[in-house]
Amino acid sequence: MFYWLQKNLPKIVLGPSFVVILWFVYGFVLWTFYISLTKSKMLPRYEFWGFEQHFRLWSSPRWFNAVENLLIFTVLFVGICLLIGIILSILLDQKIRAEGFLRTVYLYPMALSFIVTGTAWKWMLNPSMGIEKLFTDWGFTDFTFDWLVNRDMSIYTIVIAAVWQSSGFVMALFLAGLRSIDDEIVKAAKIDGASLYSIYITIMLPMMRPVFMSSIVILLHISIKSYDLVIALTAGGPGISSDMPAVFMTQMAFHRSEIGLASASAVMMFLTVLAIVVPYLYSELRRQDANT
Amino acid sequence: MQTLDFQKMENIERSASRKRTFYRWLLFITLGIFALYYLAPLYVMIITSLKSMEEIRQGNLMTLPGEIIFDSWKTAWSGRDGIDAGNVFLRPFFWNSIKMVVPAVAISTFFGALNGYALTKWRFRGDNLVFLLFLFGCFIPYQAILLPMARTLGLLGISNSISGLVLVHTVYGLSFTTLFFRNYYISIPDEMIKAARIDGAGFFKIFFKVLLPISAPIIVVTVIWQFTGIWNDFLFGSSFSFGEAAPIQVALNNMVLTSTSVKEYNVDMAAAFIAGIPTLLVYVLAGKYFIRGLTAGSVKG
Repeated sequence: MFYWLQKNLPKIVLGPSFVVILWFVYGFVLWTFYISLTKSKMLPRYEFWGFEQHFRLWSSPRWFNAVENLLIFTVLFVGICLLIGIILSILLDQKIRAEGFLRTVYLYPMALSFIVTGTAWKWMLNPSMGIEKLFTDWGFTDFTFDWLVNRDMSIYTIVIAAVWQSSGFVMALFLAGLRSIDDEIVKAAKIDGASLYSIYITIMLPMMRPVFMSSIVILLHISIKSYDLVIALTAGGPGISSDMPAVFMTQMAFHRSEIGLASASAVMMFLTVLAIVVPYLYSELRRQDANT
Repeated sequence: MQTLDFQKMENIERSASRKRTFYRWLLFITLGIFALYYLAPLYVMIITSLKSMEEIRQGNLMTLPGEIIFDSWKTAWSGRDGIDAGNVFLRPFFWNSIKMVVPAVAISTFFGALNGYALTKWRFRGDNLVFLLFLFGCFIPYQAILLPMARTLGLLGISNSISGLVLVHTVYGLSFTTLFFRNYYISIPDEMIKAARIDGAGFFKIFFKVLLPISAPIIVVTVIWQFTGIWNDFLFGSSFSFGEAAPIQVALNNMVLTSTSVKEYNVDMAAAFIAGIPTLLVYVLAGKYFIRGLTAGSVKG
């Protein structure tokens, strides 16, 4: 008995957490999937209704609008974050005196919540008193900047605030990557007469494929889940012009009494994340196995 | 002839060094501009919170306050004396967040440490699969669990309560904490454990006497990660609580959305800053561990 306990203690200790994860993560996802196959409105109903909710979802203009916004947001958010992050990491890699301080400054937005960020940017983007007024005061009297209340532009305000918040993070990842490259390689290239610029472009950046991979996966993940920032900055508006899938889901679930439809949209989000993360984890784990 | 050559060389050298200084300056200016870009919102937030509404209307985002007043801070924190019942202020919600964060961080960190230990130092068949199932929990979009969670909290009788939020944050924090500790413990040589086992130490004794004493760095990383994540959470807070049980981020958002007759941007900014202070403070004091958490959380596996 004692021996059995000793031998199985690790499993017994892991047990509760494991059961919790199985239930609250995998069980709940399955529950959500099943609800998306029912007629549930305000309360869950369990009679099977087939994929009707999914058809409803994909024929809803509001959902299409949310998906379209997500695509615009994702492309710009990931692209600009990568660009700024890479540039900053290379510049900081030049043995700068104030590097520690600058790094702290570039990264501090990551410590703030999206609600705080959204509140601050909402004020700065205020169409009459924010940046617009700043520029008119500086003498650009024709300057207008009303993106926050402009149906065609509101989605870009979310990009602005999100890039501000997350680009420093990409910088940190790339800087760590650059630092882990062997100095000898750079020295050898310098002796061969390569310019600093070409060393970075042709030698160092290609060596950082894993960093690119992780950065892109994390940024994609952030963008698919983006909810707080949208709520704080535009609340999806004006109208539904800056709506996103995550906002759509909570709207349907908690305000429109459409939990079947909400579940269908949640399943779509889940599948998207699955499609991104599973190949990534697979390649990461394989890389680790190869290393050990 | 020789002097001429010498001169020429000196000229080349000088122009090269001039070019170097030029690039050096360009580098610093670029980095400085970026620093201003990141700092600008914080600057705007702080100076706006210190101005009167009158001054806000007259000046612009960048103008410094003529007279520094802390009234907005007081209003944001404890409300205005004697007026309207619908007046939202942050103090009670700040404490809600503290009451939610402390137990959720402590419990999830403790179990994460135990799980990481069991997964790395007491290998069993299928342990990698178990870890993978934990790991994937870091990535799920929480929309996929919101509805069943709301029902579960209802069935347990803890919907719209701090204990409900503690449960939610603990459960979904487990994936991260387990990941952090697992990755830390896997780099600790098994010989240490074997030696302790030969000395007759059991599972828990090894954990408490051998591993925990050397776990300080990863505990700090995990606590900071969990603290930041839970303090900054809005989705769970806004889905599972309202009114008096709401955490601070929800209260902040409500405060900003509440449209009384006149919009008070100074109070909004003071409130946003108050809601951001705890995590900012942690970041400034322990930035190294914060960054380590970010990168550990990213280069997963």
